[in-house]
Amino acid sequence: MKKTPLYDEHLRLGGKIVEFAGWQMPVQYSGVVAEHVAVRERVGLFDVSHMGEIWVTGPNAQEALEHMTCNNVSSLYDGKAHYSAILNDRGGVVDDIIIYRCSQERFLICVNASNADKDFEWLTKHNPTDAKIVNASAEYGQIAVQGPKAIELVTPLVSGADLSTLKYFHFVECEILGSPVIVARTGYTGEDGVEIFVKADKTADLWRLLLEHGAALGVLPCGLGARDSLRLEAALPLHGHELAEDITALESGLGWIVKFDKGDFIGKGALLKEKQAGLPKKLIGFHLDDAGIARQGDLVSTVDGTQIGVVASGTKTPTVNKALGMAFVETPYAALDTKLTFVVRGRNIAGHVVQLPFYKRSK
Amino acid sequence: MEFPNECKYTKDHEWVRVEGGVVVVGITEFAQSELGDLVFVDLPPVGKTVAAHGTLCVVESTKAASDVYSPVAGTVAERNDALADDPGLINRTPYSDGWIVKLSGVSDAELAGLMSAEEYKKLVGK
Repeated sequence: MKKTPLYDEHLRLGGKIVEFAGWQMPVQYSGVVAEHVAVRERVGLFDVSHMGEIWVTGPNAQEALEHMTCNNVSSLYDGKAHYSAILNDRGGVVDDIIIYRCSQERFLICVNASNADKDFEWLTKHNPTDAKIVNASAEYGQIAVQGPKAIELVTPLVSGADLSTLKYFHFVECEILGSPVIVARTGYTGEDGVEIFVKADKTADLWRLLLEHGAALGVLPCGLGARDSLRLEAALPLHGHELAEDITALESGLGWIVKFDKGDFIGKGALLKEKQAGLPKKLIGFHLDDAGIARQGDLVSTVDGTQIGVVASGTKTPTVNKALGMAFVETPYAALDTKLTFVVRGRNIAGHVVQLPFYKRSK
Repeated sequence: MEFPNECKYTKDHEWVRVEGGVVVVGITEFAQSELGDLVFVDLPPVGKTVAAHGTLCVVESTKAASDVYSPVAGTVAERNDALADDPGLINRTPYSDGWIVKLSGVSDAELAGLMSAEEYKKLVGK
């Protein structure tokens, strides 16, 4: 099993280690609720070093990415990143990714830990150009600093850039502790914050620096448990839950990053066809009205018992403080306020369709 | 970790305590720390009969649902409805305010077969 550069830090901080996607990762330190609340109200640190980093470089890098990802790569400029996806020819989601344009010939892709090797092989195999594709995952650690005080925490530590003016989904290549880093104003929590790419052997130094400087701001190290409850409140999809190779990007609600008007790309034909025919199912948000929690795999039916869907993610989250989740349901049942029944361990629990996201921060 | 001497324990990490003719049941401090912050407890109805090692209730953290097994056979005489509003009582005070149910009709022989605090402490290595 793989360990991130921060493994010893997690043990030292009392992190409870679990296996996740082949990695030994902390699921929590002080407690999921306290960590979740720290991110909503102050600031939290996450070890996201298990995420993969793939470089696509060369004069044809943009053309290669245009073909193998669904968002419009030509709309990027130096220092701009966007959310995108690698699709298969059925329009299913191989992985959801962030693409960072460092220069016209240098793009960084951040991919999910569980898919990093698969993505690298996929990109290498489907590359229609001579662009160079390198899996650099082992060279980088990554720390997410998330919460309303994240910018206040990180800004004074950075030399060569002013984070306070860095816009959402923009990034800068700069230095912390004399070591090169990439600081991106992105995250997976629904709060303001940054994600910092750092050399693997400097990751622990950066982690300790952030904890030390963040103490006065009430920083907490946060585990995968809080990461999941935070992303779910913000309705950010997770591959393996809301996204999968046998569910199309449109069904998963990723239509906003599928750019039919850019040129051809893998999956375009299948998605165009599906769009014209109408989606058979859709991803919806739900609240439960009775006591209980519906989780991934629990079946969804109409109030009169016809099965029409399945839960993708569900829990009771600390900030919204309701049993909630996301589910795939047949399109006729996806309208807001539609009453649904969730089958949890053989018991029927009433719920209804709600607007996503469950939580939106005040700006 | 604390494992009060007046309680008896199971290998599934429940505790019982005899209190005025009924048997109070909860989960141990070790169990709550392994489960993490609880956000929901699915309590059984009063009057339900449970078998020893049968599912007594389900406790849920943000991440997962876990069964709590009944340490002994009996009938649910009372349940801790305060857990509906504040499941964290189990995390904060597992042996007092975090009790789950009170069982009646429990046999003394079955109680005698459960582990002492010393034995349980050895089992969990704390």
